[in-house]
Amino acid sequence: MKYMLIIYGNQETWDSFDPDVMADIIRQTDALNSELAASGELVGAFGLADRVQARTVRVRDDVPAVTDGPYLEAKEYLASFTIVDCDGPERALEIAARNPASRYGQVEVWPILHEAGVEM
Amino acid sequence: MTIDRGVEDLLRALAPQVLAALVRRSGRFDASEDAVQEALLAASLQWPEQGIPDNPRAWLVTVATRRLADAARSESARRRREDVTAAREPAPAPSHGDPADPDAVSGDRDDTLTLLFLCCHPELSPPSQLALTLRAVGGLTTAEIARAFLVPEATMAQRISRAKQRIKASGAHFRLPPDTEWADRLAVVLHVLYLVFNEGYMATSGPDLQRTDLTAEAIRLTRAVHRALPDDGEVAGLLALMLLTDARRAARTGPDGNLVPLAEQDRSRWDRAAIDEGVALITATLATARLGPYQLQAAIAAVHDEAAGDEETDWPQVLALYDLLARLWPSPMVTLNRAVAVAMVRGPQAGLDELVVLDADERMADHHRVHAVRAHLLELAGDPEAARASYREAARRTTSLAERRYLELCARRITPRATTSAMNMSGT
Repeated sequence: MKYMLIIYGNQETWDSFDPDVMADIIRQTDALNSELAASGELVGAFGLADRVQARTVRVRDDVPAVTDGPYLEAKEYLASFTIVDCDGPERALEIAARNPASRYGQVEVWPILHEAGVEM
Repeated sequence: MTIDRGVEDLLRALAPQVLAALVRRSGRFDASEDAVQEALLAASLQWPEQGIPDNPRAWLVTVATRRLADAARSESARRRREDVTAAREPAPAPSHGDPADPDAVSGDRDDTLTLLFLCCHPELSPPSQLALTLRAVGGLTTAEIARAFLVPEATMAQRISRAKQRIKASGAHFRLPPDTEWADRLAVVLHVLYLVFNEGYMATSGPDLQRTDLTAEAIRLTRAVHRALPDDGEVAGLLALMLLTDARRAARTGPDGNLVPLAEQDRSRWDRAAIDEGVALITATLATARLGPYQLQAAIAAVHDEAAGDEETDWPQVLALYDLLARLWPSPMVTLNRAVAVAMVRGPQAGLDELVVLDADERMADHHRVHAVRAHLLELAGDPEAARASYREAARRTTSLAERRYLELCARRITPRATTSAMNMSGT
């Protein structure tokens, strides 16, 4: 069963960390990803670029319009996501709790729809 | 890599035998498994061009044994195997039809079984059991298994490698489990085969056409277990259940890939040969073997498959079988499926009454199938608003894309006076 672990960022929170704390967070995240890769549960872990690089596309009357952003009102923004393929929901929550982001902010755990057959 | 279908089938059939021969000699499952994969790869490259050797099994054993010896000499064997160019090197060619192999004739059936017990070792997680079974017993490559499960090849390679390490660490030996453990261990093997079947059941008609035909692989492996254990009723029951379920595959999805419920399926598209085989198998098994849950589920599937149309379904017979299942092997899923049969025999309200007990069950209260069945029965009972709400709730709770689309469609097509016959999601 695949799950997407979504980590939101908050620039103010990140900026407030001491360099040591930040280095520790990065180290722990890397270690967790290595562990998940070794266990065969990691499908992919991706960090997103800063939102100044993000673009939004809208097509109206077949005309695409590209704008900068999104510059949302909210302070929280999508910072990174990890996709794991693991035994079940309990294990997915356990992995989320191991992510250092869960201690400073939160990690959302979303099941990914699958194509497997309906049980007999 | 496209290889000749005949060569591919032959390699799959020989894979567990060759692996067993190596493990028995070396006592090392993990290293032998790597060596066999290398030999299979070499054969898949050479045989289509140079022809199949007179004794393909002996050829594979010889090549794999050499690779095993090479690997023991060199720590870099693993890296070399993963190197595509290395895989294209011609394997040392043994003379065709040569070395006399003492294991060649006897024990092949037991070997497949022994390997299955090892790959479905209770120490491993279900995803690892599935992956290792498909590779070591099914002879699929890591890339094929990764595609089938929609994960990167590196992920699947790690999963298989970790599984083999765990088996090594557990000290498990290449032998059949003792009598005291037999029933439990066989139950795990059958459950893994059941999961492989389910994993592939929808796959070929979904948006992703890359998936290997896992249902066919599950049926092939279950056949092999049935050949090894012809008197085991549950093995026969599982094989019959797979055949009777897979027989409906072509009718189970529409041209757009949407689920078609049993009641609305075009039965002329059902596979008669598979139904005949499944019905004959379950009939013979029920007459002779000790009863078990797979056999009862197969019997229920047989009743559906033998009905000329939905209206001709012998629901009292289905209900009688569910009554038996509920008494001998009760589970929330059985309660749920039985409720549909109750509704078909005694009316929708009687079916809805059966669902009440599930609301008190934490595991089931929010399960999408409970909501889906309730929606269907509410619809039959003439309560479209409540039915629509339950369909939507079911759609929100499922993790299957096809089911979600189907349930949303059911919710959408309910009109205030609608009586569309949406069948329960169990497919039985």
